[in-house]
Amino acid sequence: MQYKSQAVAKPYFIAAIALFVGQIVFGAILGLQYVMGDFLFPEIPFNVARMVHTNLLIVWLLFGFMGAAYYMVPEETETELYSPKLALILFWVFLAAGVLTIVGYLAVPYATLAEITGNDLLPTMGREFLEQPTITKIGIVIVALGLLFNISMTALKGRKTAIIMVMILGLWGLAIFFLFSFYNPENLVLDKIFWWWVVHLWVEGVWELIMGSILAFVLIKMTGVDREIIEKWLYVIIAMALISGIIGTGHHYFWIGTPEYWQWWGSIFSAIEPIPFFMMVIFAFNMVNKRKRDHPNKAAMLWAMGTPVVAFLGAGVWGFMHTLAPVNYYTHGTQITAAHGHLAFYGAYVMIVLAIISYAMPLLRGRAAANSKKSQVVEMWSFWLMTVAMIFITLFLTGAGILQVWLQRINENPMGFMEVQDKIAIFYWMREVAGIIFLIGLILYVVSFFVGGDEEEASS
Amino acid sequence: MSEKFTKSMARNIFYGGSAFFFLFFIALTFDTTAKLPERDHRENITEQVVLGKKVWEDNNCIGCHTLLGEGAYFAPELGNVYKRFGNSKEAIIGFIKSRPVDGIPGRRSMPQFNLTDEELDGIAEFLKWSSEINTANWPPNIQG
Repeated sequence: MQYKSQAVAKPYFIAAIALFVGQIVFGAILGLQYVMGDFLFPEIPFNVARMVHTNLLIVWLLFGFMGAAYYMVPEETETELYSPKLALILFWVFLAAGVLTIVGYLAVPYATLAEITGNDLLPTMGREFLEQPTITKIGIVIVALGLLFNISMTALKGRKTAIIMVMILGLWGLAIFFLFSFYNPENLVLDKIFWWWVVHLWVEGVWELIMGSILAFVLIKMTGVDREIIEKWLYVIIAMALISGIIGTGHHYFWIGTPEYWQWWGSIFSAIEPIPFFMMVIFAFNMVNKRKRDHPNKAAMLWAMGTPVVAFLGAGVWGFMHTLAPVNYYTHGTQITAAHGHLAFYGAYVMIVLAIISYAMPLLRGRAAANSKKSQVVEMWSFWLMTVAMIFITLFLTGAGILQVWLQRINENPMGFMEVQDKIAIFYWMREVAGIIFLIGLILYVVSFFVGGDEEEASS
Repeated sequence: MSEKFTKSMARNIFYGGSAFFFLFFIALTFDTTAKLPERDHRENITEQVVLGKKVWEDNNCIGCHTLLGEGAYFAPELGNVYKRFGNSKEAIIGFIKSRPVDGIPGRRSMPQFNLTDEELDGIAEFLKWSSEINTANWPPNIQG
């Protein structure tokens, strides 16, 4: 750690991991509810558990992005953070808002939560991923603006590297597109069109800038390859990401009441979306081959190399699988979508956050460069358990999805939804087993932080 | 990458390409919103439909169901439920009203939301209106 103010990243990373554990516990509950429909009913119905699962994911990834920003900005700009105090205040505001929202989901019926948080005044709730009470959404905007003010002020007085400009641009985009969550027209079709301006332009747009900049930062630090080369790659990758991804939004506009021409725009441009992910794989492996030093933090290296590979599989391959309109006509809104969602989020965003945590946390805890070998071995076990488990979750959901599409949509005598669900239950059971293995991997990940031993020497 | 292709060229492609396609996306969005009225039949959005959408949101229906294929995949698609239930508002209202408070042993069950008659009528009107949106013939069949 070169700058004192980088230390504010630490609570952000700890909160991220704690909420990640919560997310996976609820994931396991959801998986069980798929096969034991009355599990925890009516105390925690499926919709509540799902809301907790997805909202915790978003909140902990945001904690991870913010922690990454606070860690990277001083080092890249070569100056202390504009206000470490503001960063800590915002941490507590965001944590309080996040925890209170989750408690609200679990403690009272959703309709009651909507009522007591004044959803009638400005209705924004009850839409997928944007279930947060309006007041929480306002809190998110305030925290994001505070973060942007803090890091933008820091960048203004310091060195402006490509990496940090891309990260700041990504975070500005994140804040700006989130504002569309306050637009909730009475017309469902309009609602859906602009709902994607938050959801798609986040995960297939500006979040990729944040992801790219974190990956570039970690690779510079770990391989020692020349910044000029890495930043050139970064620009090319994110150029491809946005050139394909913006019009690629069209793959969500096939069947929601929007004109048919979107079937062309959406299919063609989203078919290009795997390319930036593939370039990311080439980029990461190239940089490692050209490395000028062997960094002792092998665990961080594993996460950094795993990120583009699994992101390419989950977002690229599994995305392409159902993105062409004639295919999507049959797969839209089935377990195929769920399979893609799981691997894409894990590969692109979970793994990049774990990569920066793995790289930065030993330094934030005062180590010279890396954790002890023993600790790293445990962490690498957690990498393989979680990653392989997630690949199996994806494969089982894909199996479920293919059967679902066949029985419910293609078959000459299409079966009803619930009947089909019974027929494909075996896949849900296998998914749940893989999910439990993921949870074990995650527990091991947390344990790795408490494994002692002699720490690795810093390489010269 | 070759030496002739410099970082500033890459940067220009990024900023130029992104700006161009974002503007193009805005143009397509304008065109879409202009064409929407004939597809979404907004003239049929009555007070009941508006109330129904509010009830839909306030009870987080999207947390289990899909609507036009978007949402959770735990419970049936509802974009065409009005047609699947024989073009009957009464059938929809009857189904929602009759959900057992404690669920069904061993099976998935919709919670009992204790909606008022006005809210029930709203949600049924909202689902009826949704079933009339021009969705390019999606879903492939009545099962959703």
